[in-house]
Amino acid sequence: MSNPLVQQRPRIGEGIIKLILISAAAVSILTTFGILLSVAVPAVEFFSEIPLPTFLFGTEWTPLFKDGSFGVLPLVSGTLVITAIAVLVAIPLGLGSAIYLSEYAPARVRRVLKPTLEVLAGIPTVVFGFFALEFVTRVLLVRIFPDIDIFNALSAGLVMGVMIIPTVASLSEDAMSAVPTGLRDGSYALGSSRRQTALKVVIPAALSGIVAAFVLGISRAIGETMIVTVAAGLEPRLSLNPLEGMQTMTSYIAAAGAGDLATGSIQYKSIFAVGLLLFIMTFFMNIISIRMVRRFRQVYQ
Amino acid sequence: MRHLGLTIAVIPLLASCGGGLAGKVSVDGSSTVYPLTAIAAEDFHQVSDDIQVKVGSSGTGGGFEKFCRGELDANNASRPIKDSEIENCQRAGIDFASLTMGIDALTVVVNPENDWATCLTTDQLRAIWEPKSQVNNWQQVDPSFPDVPLRLFGPGTDSGTFDYFTEVINGDEGASRTDFTPSEDDNVVVQGIVGTRGGLGYFGYTYFEENADRLRAVEIDSGDGCVPPSATTAQDGSYTPLARPLYVYLSVQALARPEVKTFFDFYVENDASIAEGAKFIALNADQRQELRSEYTELLNQAAQATPRV
Repeated sequence: MSNPLVQQRPRIGEGIIKLILISAAAVSILTTFGILLSVAVPAVEFFSEIPLPTFLFGTEWTPLFKDGSFGVLPLVSGTLVITAIAVLVAIPLGLGSAIYLSEYAPARVRRVLKPTLEVLAGIPTVVFGFFALEFVTRVLLVRIFPDIDIFNALSAGLVMGVMIIPTVASLSEDAMSAVPTGLRDGSYALGSSRRQTALKVVIPAALSGIVAAFVLGISRAIGETMIVTVAAGLEPRLSLNPLEGMQTMTSYIAAAGAGDLATGSIQYKSIFAVGLLLFIMTFFMNIISIRMVRRFRQVYQ
Repeated sequence: MRHLGLTIAVIPLLASCGGGLAGKVSVDGSSTVYPLTAIAAEDFHQVSDDIQVKVGSSGTGGGFEKFCRGELDANNASRPIKDSEIENCQRAGIDFASLTMGIDALTVVVNPENDWATCLTTDQLRAIWEPKSQVNNWQQVDPSFPDVPLRLFGPGTDSGTFDYFTEVINGDEGASRTDFTPSEDDNVVVQGIVGTRGGLGYFGYTYFEENADRLRAVEIDSGDGCVPPSATTAQDGSYTPLARPLYVYLSVQALARPEVKTFFDFYVENDASIAEGAKFIALNADQRQELRSEYTELLNQAAQATPRV
């Protein structure tokens, strides 16, 4: 006797739907592989001309100039300095917003505040870039630091930090809201205040989710292009002084790509070498993030 | 020189009076020359019927790439065509010639608060811009200048402006110090200098005119005294060495098509008013005569060529 719960006749419609859904999922995977392939091929050609150590440890990046140098460190340092500033802004403010939204805000306030916060994420980054240049640098920073460069890492980093607040806040808040109410109730039952509950119970319980939010925010900062292109200047400079102009890996790619480089030239291939390095950096950040999220899910299932 | 994003002027022509030519003319190339051909297309629209002229601004090099693949009828160029580009054109079987349609003057600009550097010699410019230059303070440029940090802005390495400036100032095309803020977008140079008291940069004269209220142009002394950039000084050649011709490279095969010929007949006929409309410096009488005779020669070649669409 056949099991009545097992499907007897094949459903053709179901199969078609499955196929459509698989191809939908495959698009993003194939795109990733396509990008990796199209970046890797010219990058490998680049490294056949420029030795890897010269690229990774050189301190001068002037590939577009005559007799240029191909040391990527100034671009990496620019990227890291600006990312660090952005993270210093986004993590405290993002986490603060998340704690408020999840633990303190009344439901009505939360319903209004969270979407409002997420509006920030919808502003085009080029708008943030001009805000950084025209307002943050010209109006604010010149008053504090009269010698600041008009294009500087600080304004780009600060504004980029504001831009990624929604990412950090929204994801951290999701993680904190997912902490079972039982844990909070237990904490209150033991006489804890809201602050103690938030800091000592909810945050530790949601920590992996919060860390994942941070990592995702950092990935966004590393990959951000328009703000730095507009506000941070386009001069690759190996420096840790945020008052100076710097170029990041992404803004090099954008600036060089906007020019008229002859395809196949070493300058053209340098775009892909930088792109590959950037891809590897953000790829590892995202892997870390995914692992954090997994750990976070396992805890309460 | 390039602007952020692609500027394309499409001049649609509605059939107003019957019997005219139809067709498309496509031009791309230098964004410095762009205004010239765009104005030509705009003025042309006033007098002709169904011919559509499309003008892009992907840069001199980018334009030549398309031009030598046969995708364009003409390419705007702010520098002469390079050997490698000539090879590409030959491989595609494209015969071409360049026409000088107007004159641009490169302008060295400083912040309006800069009241010391009213005139710079080409030697001083070279000391500032040459490769490995260590000049980082105005006092190093001239001992009489104040102790103000020098910050440099300039066009990106792909622009014809960069090539031209480095060639005439540093004596070697593409040779430049590298520690400045380069951008393919002239606006970045403007923003940088407007925001920096000790800033200095250079770009095309038209771009300076548009921003004349926010920047100050430096007079150039190449040995015969200080000369300010202006129409007259560029035309008569006294604004040397920073005045340069604006080229349009025209494909002979394209010119064999009647719509392309109609447009360029108009362009060459009205070069002075077009240059003026585009805020460029028009050719003087001798230069104009040369343009006309070169164009006539090109038409003769086109008459024997097979039209290419």
